[in-house]
Amino acid sequence: MELKEKLLSSFIAFENQNSMDNSYISELRGKAIKIFENEGFPTKKNEAWKYTSLNKILKENYSIFPKTENSIEYKDIQQYFIHDIDSYKIIFIDGKYASHLSKTTHDGIDVCLMSAVMSKSKYQPMIENYFDKIASKNGLNALNTAFCSEGAYIHIKKNKLAERPIQIIHFSTGKESSLLLQPRNLIVVDENAHVQIIERHQSLTENPTLTNSVTEIFAAKRAVVDYYKVQNDKSKASLIDHTFIDQHQESDVSVHTFSFGGKLTRNNLSFYQNGEHINSTLKGVTIVGNKQHVDHNTLVHHIEPNCESHQDYKGIFGDSAVGVFNGKVVVEKEAQKTNAFQANNNLLVNDKATINTKPQLEIFADDVKCSHGCTIGQLDESAMFYLRARGIPEKEARALLMYAFANNVLESVKIPQLKKRINKLIANKLGVNIGFDL
Amino acid sequence: MNKYTEDDLREELKTKQYEYGFYTDIESDTFPVGLDESIVRAISKKKNEPEWMTEWRLDAFKKWKDMEEPDWANVSYEKPDFQAISYYSAPNSKPKYDSIDDVDPELLATFEKLGISLDEQKKLTGVAMDVVVDSVSVATTFKKTLSEKGIIFMSISEAIKEHPELVKKYIGTVVPKTDNYYAALNSAVFSDGSFCYIPKGVRCPMELSTYFRINQAGTGQFERTLVVADEGSYVSYLEGCTAPSRDENQLHAAVVELIAMDDAEIKYSTVQNWYPGNAEGKGGVYNFVTKRGLCEKNAKISWTQVETGSAVTWKYPSCVLKGDNSVGEFYSIAVTNNYQQADTGTKMIHLGKNTKSTIISKGISAGQSQNSYRGLVQVSSRAENARNFSQCDSLLMGNECGAHTFPYIEAKNKTAQIEHEATTSKIGEDQIFYCNQRGIDTEKAIALIVNGFSKDVLNKLPMEFAVEAQKLLEISLEGSVG
Repeated sequence: MELKEKLLSSFIAFENQNSMDNSYISELRGKAIKIFENEGFPTKKNEAWKYTSLNKILKENYSIFPKTENSIEYKDIQQYFIHDIDSYKIIFIDGKYASHLSKTTHDGIDVCLMSAVMSKSKYQPMIENYFDKIASKNGLNALNTAFCSEGAYIHIKKNKLAERPIQIIHFSTGKESSLLLQPRNLIVVDENAHVQIIERHQSLTENPTLTNSVTEIFAAKRAVVDYYKVQNDKSKASLIDHTFIDQHQESDVSVHTFSFGGKLTRNNLSFYQNGEHINSTLKGVTIVGNKQHVDHNTLVHHIEPNCESHQDYKGIFGDSAVGVFNGKVVVEKEAQKTNAFQANNNLLVNDKATINTKPQLEIFADDVKCSHGCTIGQLDESAMFYLRARGIPEKEARALLMYAFANNVLESVKIPQLKKRINKLIANKLGVNIGFDL
Repeated sequence: MNKYTEDDLREELKTKQYEYGFYTDIESDTFPVGLDESIVRAISKKKNEPEWMTEWRLDAFKKWKDMEEPDWANVSYEKPDFQAISYYSAPNSKPKYDSIDDVDPELLATFEKLGISLDEQKKLTGVAMDVVVDSVSVATTFKKTLSEKGIIFMSISEAIKEHPELVKKYIGTVVPKTDNYYAALNSAVFSDGSFCYIPKGVRCPMELSTYFRINQAGTGQFERTLVVADEGSYVSYLEGCTAPSRDENQLHAAVVELIAMDDAEIKYSTVQNWYPGNAEGKGGVYNFVTKRGLCEKNAKISWTQVETGSAVTWKYPSCVLKGDNSVGEFYSIAVTNNYQQADTGTKMIHLGKNTKSTIISKGISAGQSQNSYRGLVQVSSRAENARNFSQCDSLLMGNECGAHTFPYIEAKNKTAQIEHEATTSKIGEDQIFYCNQRGIDTEKAIALIVNGFSKDVLNKLPMEFAVEAQKLLEISLEGSVG
């Protein structure tokens, strides 16, 4: 595979360039590149990638390191921010940190950069305790580890509350004809700490980009983490996201994923529950058309007793779009009294659209309540008739019903401004302007 | 179903061991172990098969050699050594009998123990039996009644000789030779099985049934069943299995093909109770079966199975809903205890318009067993208004067993309506308490609850089987809850 060779050969140059880094990370990188060399990119033969082929997007000749530092004006990208709230911002342009657009802090909480954390010795214990600890060691994650140099670092210390949401946005300018980005985020939330994070990847032109992102989140005792992923990229942009969450006693972590754009989007979301009375929430709305491909791959690993997990993914697929949902719930022998729910509902609005769904349960404990439900269907004809009979045009009626279909997931979004923004994105996506404030 | 009383249950529960674990000493002529082209030829020759059949087998064997044993199923076992198996064994007491009196008395005693007294079946139940001990069919009853209606029901080796045109036309059309590793192996070495043809517009007046037994140490059994229901006909086919206790693992790789032409209906019921290995997980039968049915226009195929035996089960009875308005159904109870492993489910392939499928799967795991449901519902882009309902419920007993669900759902048509539901639960303490309070002891209470849990599927079985299946459920689970 060409891209693989290119990555392997440029690793040496990358290592030399970063030789001042600490030896701990170099060693990890060395190990990671070997894993990638052995495994390479996943193919359809791999059960987890049965319905998603990377072949097409790997054919592009991606540049791995952008040649120049690019800058953009705030006014050009303002629309991609949730700008009506006060927030911390960590902004990257073509993989490089853009200080003039960002707003970071070290005041009680650390909202800063991975590059700084990796090079400063005072962060060494954090790196050794948390970095690359829960990311699974497969080809794509290893590739990210091997080349990791930048990303967001967030550390909320004990009993602290991040009073403002944190926005992490990756822009690609399209100055390169095609670009491979590999951001790496590390988020550590200590005991009793709270944080809200919004993450977005955005291309500014139609040049192809491929983002292979890895995020590790550690939620300590009673920590609360709210994570929102907004995916509404241009039609040539692809995203492979891996998010790993390590939860401890009584912590509460929820991840909402809104997938509206992009060429190929693959979300790998893995929760590991290492403690009792943990609550995990995984929700998502997917609305795609054209030849878009969205794949949600979730794992909730119940390791200890008395925990809960809730999954709710809604999908609307039009044109020749392809939707994949692969949700796995594993309940270990010790994890008695687990409550695990998983729902995946899909609407097919066009004959050429495809849905492949595989909700899996692997259960080794007997005193558990686990269920999954999965449906594929169409809008209710009688509901359509009801709306039409009241003078609502077909397109709007359809949109209303679709909006109602997705509303379950939207309701649990805790940032009102974000909710409003997503409502707008959905209205846009459905191509309607409905009277009330969608 | 009411014939089975509490007293019977008490009797059953006394027999803690696998009760069908005995070995009948009948002289068999057995081939040397191993598999190569000459063995395939010899099997074919032994059965006086025509040239085309020999070629068909050889072709399958060639393809099998290049295939790899699948390992995607959620089971782990020692892979069988295909060169250590004898591929043919037939009871020696030939020739064929015209009446039951001629049958080897020792064999009849075997059946007695199994509870299938031939004459009783013949007189009372009206079930025509094509009894297969090891691989060659020994006795066939009620053939006359069937032949009056034009129904052909015989062993497949007879059918190859007597109705070559039918066999040649249909064999391998639903499960191609190269479909999978075990189907290819079966195509090469199948020793016997049943063939059934129901002519146009005929409603088969009785349940057709075949009992399979594995009887010879170290011989794998490779049956081949082919059921063809011509336009507008109906047949209900029963298959039940028991096998004697043996220490080394025995391999069973059967192929079942069903063809339901326009407006035809086939109901195929299975009770499988092969030796599951002892309480330490030693021994037991490997059951790797390929079952598939093809539905033409307005046809209906219904699979019902009760799986209680075998150390390893790997079985996915499927329906290809090719014709418009065709219907596929799958009702299954899979019970695993001790170290049994089952990976079973179904495939519903919707190709025609207005096709419907229903999947009800009940898994019960106890002891250290692993029970998986693996199913596929596929709606092609031409299949307008396809409808599927799937329900998979698992019941766990104890915390050393596992229940798994792997449903694959692929929809390519916007008019498709697909629902899938799965739940996992255990027997509630309050349910047991309720029964105890009313003087029903715990073991009996569990039998009662399990029966209720499986009722949806048990109800789909023909009468005779339902009784047997209920008994099997209880025997399989006895002693699993303390």
